[in-house]
Amino acid sequence: MSHAPAALQPTTYGLLAAFESPEALAAATKKAREEGYVAMDAFTPFAVEGLADEIGTRDDRVPWIVFISGMTGAALGFLLQVYVHAYDYPMNVGGRPDISWPSFIPVTFECGILAAALSALVGMLALNGLPRPHHPLFGTKSFSRVTDDRFFLCIESTDPKFDSARTREFLASIGAETIEEVEA
Amino acid sequence: MQTIDEKIGQHEPEVMLPERMIDGEYDNRSITTKIDSIILNNKFTKGWLLALALGAGALGVMVLTLVLLVFVGIGLWGVNVPVGWGFDIINFVWWIGIGHAGTLISAILLLMRQRWRTSINRLAETMTLFAVMCAGLFPLFHTGRPWVAYWLFPYPNALGVWPQFRSPLVWDVFAVSTYLTVSALFWYMGLIPDIAGLRDKVRSRVMQMTTGMLAMGWRGSVGHWHRYESAYLLLAGLSTPLVVSVHSIVSLDFAVSILPGWHATIFPPYFVAGAVYAGFAMVLNFVIPIRKWYNLEDFITIKHIDWMAKIMLTTGLIVFYGYIMEAFYAWYSGNIYEWYMMYNRAFGPYMYLYWGLIFCNGLVPQFLWSRKIRLNMAWLWVISLIVGVGMWLERFVIVPVSLHRDFMPSSWGMYNPTIFDISMFVGTFGLFITGMVLYFRFVPIIPVAEMKHQLHAEHDEAHAGAGGHH
Repeated sequence: MSHAPAALQPTTYGLLAAFESPEALAAATKKAREEGYVAMDAFTPFAVEGLADEIGTRDDRVPWIVFISGMTGAALGFLLQVYVHAYDYPMNVGGRPDISWPSFIPVTFECGILAAALSALVGMLALNGLPRPHHPLFGTKSFSRVTDDRFFLCIESTDPKFDSARTREFLASIGAETIEEVEA
Repeated sequence: MQTIDEKIGQHEPEVMLPERMIDGEYDNRSITTKIDSIILNNKFTKGWLLALALGAGALGVMVLTLVLLVFVGIGLWGVNVPVGWGFDIINFVWWIGIGHAGTLISAILLLMRQRWRTSINRLAETMTLFAVMCAGLFPLFHTGRPWVAYWLFPYPNALGVWPQFRSPLVWDVFAVSTYLTVSALFWYMGLIPDIAGLRDKVRSRVMQMTTGMLAMGWRGSVGHWHRYESAYLLLAGLSTPLVVSVHSIVSLDFAVSILPGWHATIFPPYFVAGAVYAGFAMVLNFVIPIRKWYNLEDFITIKHIDWMAKIMLTTGLIVFYGYIMEAFYAWYSGNIYEWYMMYNRAFGPYMYLYWGLIFCNGLVPQFLWSRKIRLNMAWLWVISLIVGVGMWLERFVIVPVSLHRDFMPSSWGMYNPTIFDISMFVGTFGLFITGMVLYFRFVPIIPVAEMKHQLHAEHDEAHAGAGGHH
């Protein structure tokens, strides 16, 4: 960033406002929405119920990813056993049928669980855009408290209503503790 | 007539259980500080170093044993015909069982919305990880050629052979490896927000890089949390049937055979209950000293201890019921081999182990009916230790004692563990203790973000309660 020519001022990513409690943050988010802001995100030290709906980042794809992966894993696990014991290397054990499916159930089950669990972590990270080593927010002073005891609302500069001075004024009016400009 | 409680408690003031699961006045900041400071204060206490030395010493014993085992062969162990499964399988089953309490606490209690799990889930999950590693070592080296252990997995190979998927031993490979993987995922996922918390605090460049990478750029955005919570709950939902399946499959290693003492339909549920029972005992063995040494009594309250003791008592009763049923089945079957197996357990050459088992798992846990004893840390610690021993004896009674009397007296024999059996067992304790000790110092012992969530929820409840009517 320091290599940029002086003429190219660092653009603003947005304004970051800190609040003391999840309730204050929820109230501020509501007001920002009513004011007409749309490009914003909230950041909290722990999961706060209902905020995702308020911000509009509710996303119910994770359970579907997990369900589909689990079913696929189980199906592949079962088909593998059928392939091995009925087609590739049939072996007559005590006169049982080649596809003796009851004894294939444990491995089928474990394969399903394994695929579902892996997809839960990977799917969650992917949808969250992680891993992401750097983000403009990490450049601010106050943001390190997001994992400690502060609740943040960031109104992004891409918002059509965004105006550095006016948005700052608005954030102050809804009770922000500190307001900081985030460099892009 | 007086109850035990009244007799013991006559002259002592009543111990009061805290009303909330976070005892004392805390806010978000003081929770972070209290838990993270164990890592961030850069202090290596004498006690910690001593524990690490102890663990690492025993781990060294294991490494030596394994080296010898690989060079010489598993003839070093006391297993032979007719007892082909000795310490290796006893310890495998025992360690896997220890691990199960971790999953029970972290997954099943989460699904049941038991918020008190928060303070102990990380500890229990870490225990699971190391316990499963300890467990896995036994069958791995029992194969005799651990360097070709990958033969256990199905892959297209030049030999043109596949694992026999109808065998419980192959089920075991799938169950245990899935269990280890899923436990590690669950553990790591729970850690992501807490590693991000450390990332925002550490000063040294190396630590910043390490925590920065492990935290994956976690920002605590509302969208992050939303997907995270959903994925975490799903993992819990997947781990719950998984943990039941793992120990059921372990029990099928025995139950699918036709050996008297193994061939019993009660095995899967009875093994799962025994696993949870031994696991909770091990959690208590760790939690009781740890909460004192690291001043975590406000987070891991006496109420947590009390509830864990109650779960131990409940699962202990299920296990004891299993013992009674085993004896009943043996008699009711009318099969002389079954009945002889039972007679041999109780009055044969290993009778002292059987009665030791009844003492440890049948009698001693009954003391937990007393509230006074559940709340007395020293007593509870000793009882938990006895429970751990009892569960180990149970596996001994099931494995070699069933094997050493074959159907024909010409195939009878005795099982004598060698020094290498013992050094291997001691060695796994080394691995377990080393892992746990490193965890205490380098990983937040208690989930920080979840504790704040709980604090917030309890705060809301307290306010709703103050309102009066609801």
